[in-house]
Amino acid sequence: MVQPVAEVVEKPAEKPGDVKIEQKVEVTKEEKPVAEKITAGHVHLSGCTGCLVSLADNYEGLFKLLDDYVDWVYDLTLADVRHVPEMDVAFVEGSVCLNQDLAVEELRETRKNSKIVVALGGCACYGNVTRFGRGGQWNQPSHEAFLPIGDVIDVDLYIPGCAPTPQQILHVAVMAYLLLKGSDEQKELATSYLKPLMDLAKRGTEACGCDLMFDVINQSLCMGCGLCAASCPVRAIDMVFGKPQIDTSLCIKCGACYAQCPRSFLNMDVINEFEGITELVAAAMGTGGE
Amino acid sequence: MVLGNYKQCVSARATDRSILARAQDGGIVTQLFAFALDEGIIDGAIVAGQGEQPWQPEPIVATTKQELFAAQGTRYNICPNMALLKEATRSYGLDKVGVVGTPCQMQAVRKAQLYPVGMRYVGDKIALAVGIFCMENFPYQGFEAMTEDFCNVKLESAAKMDIGKGKYSVYTERGAVSQMPLKHTLKFVQPGCHVCLDYVANLADVSTGSVGSPDGWSTVFVRTKNGDDIWAKAMAAGCFETKPIEEVKPGLELVTKLATDKITKNQKHVDERATFGVRADGSGKALRSYL
Repeated sequence: MVQPVAEVVEKPAEKPGDVKIEQKVEVTKEEKPVAEKITAGHVHLSGCTGCLVSLADNYEGLFKLLDDYVDWVYDLTLADVRHVPEMDVAFVEGSVCLNQDLAVEELRETRKNSKIVVALGGCACYGNVTRFGRGGQWNQPSHEAFLPIGDVIDVDLYIPGCAPTPQQILHVAVMAYLLLKGSDEQKELATSYLKPLMDLAKRGTEACGCDLMFDVINQSLCMGCGLCAASCPVRAIDMVFGKPQIDTSLCIKCGACYAQCPRSFLNMDVINEFEGITELVAAAMGTGGE
Repeated sequence: MVLGNYKQCVSARATDRSILARAQDGGIVTQLFAFALDEGIIDGAIVAGQGEQPWQPEPIVATTKQELFAAQGTRYNICPNMALLKEATRSYGLDKVGVVGTPCQMQAVRKAQLYPVGMRYVGDKIALAVGIFCMENFPYQGFEAMTEDFCNVKLESAAKMDIGKGKYSVYTERGAVSQMPLKHTLKFVQPGCHVCLDYVANLADVSTGSVGSPDGWSTVFVRTKNGDDIWAKAMAAGCFETKPIEEVKPGLELVTKLATDKITKNQKHVDERATFGVRADGSGKALRSYL
């Protein structure tokens, strides 16, 4: 009778059950045949999980990604890990609520533990719909300060849009893999590909359909192709006499239109290789027919 | 990169007489889309339909040959075809989209595929991108001023417009021709065109334009594997009559000259932008560059 009681007391005293589970997961991953994977994860702040769903919407592409290229080491919904671990690429979804210490702490931890921090989606890049938060909502009425993560930490790369597209996330993931594990030539390509998205991160944390007026039309760069209108998730852009007209009351500040505009950036060293790159990504995903 | 990468270049015209009769030049775009539609290579194509104002184009998704034929011919003002790139795969439910556009619009297509920021599941559905040669384009109001104020033809009574041999020409239904020198049209060019370094739609699957070929014919560059494949099928089906580009006048020499002229002129403008504004300390306060 005495011994079992002692055991029961001992167990809760030890309590690092989490750590043990974490180690077990890592062991099973190392048994996989692929030698060189990058590590990546998803950090969930004030977002709607739409960005994560978009990642999942790569369907079999996601499995291929996880099988061959990426160890997914952190994710509230997919990986049983409590604290942000060290990783190569952190995809951060959502803006950061300054009224919630834990969110700020987790974001800082992400920056400290990640080689590359990617702002995934409009909220992380620009605040997106969370910009309209004014507090007073259930069940956290005092949460009102939602900022793009770039206002709190240095961000390396932006993937704007609401939601960011499965294809854009896939392209960034494949290029990040090539950047970290590829041949010299592949590293060069990946650098060229990722640079404009890194420049977007340097450009700032504010976005609006107005960017098309300020940074494209006012700069005499718009030629009226209409791609901004196609990219807008809320149909806030109409093409009127060949130029975008923005209904700012509809704009959710996701940043898609400006990033998609061929006159925001057009890195011809990459764009000229559209055929080769499309084949490269298809081959990497095992979907290339030719 | 003056003429871009291409697998072959020919002078061509459609064999379908009804297409040719209403074509701007060789009827290449309409014939190629009509063939692709028939063969199921595309489910529909984004082309320039009729807008609200006379001679104002408006992007439409043509899913029948009748709609394609109704959209034939060139209207020299802006048609934002890319605005329907996603919509064609949504409301219209197309899995294989054809799209025609200017060189800058082909750049937009490729950027949409490589950087699909707001283009969820669109890039892989673009089945045929046809580019048209373009020196510059005009806002509708500029085009209206050229036609009505300079050429003295009401837009409603114009039957065809044409740019060639240094002139902007307007033809009326009753056979009158009014012309103005191209240099007087320059003030109406949309400013965004001045930073463009592509004349012959380098990024299209197939690109075409009148320059380089005789009247009624078009110069055709077949550029990508996809373009080559579709062009070969269209040729096998007898869609086009072709001549080697080397055997026609004025030939590639003129295309190269105009492309070089455009690139040289616009590169100069691009370079000037970098030092357009000046700070007190003498350093440049630039207009933004996009390249």
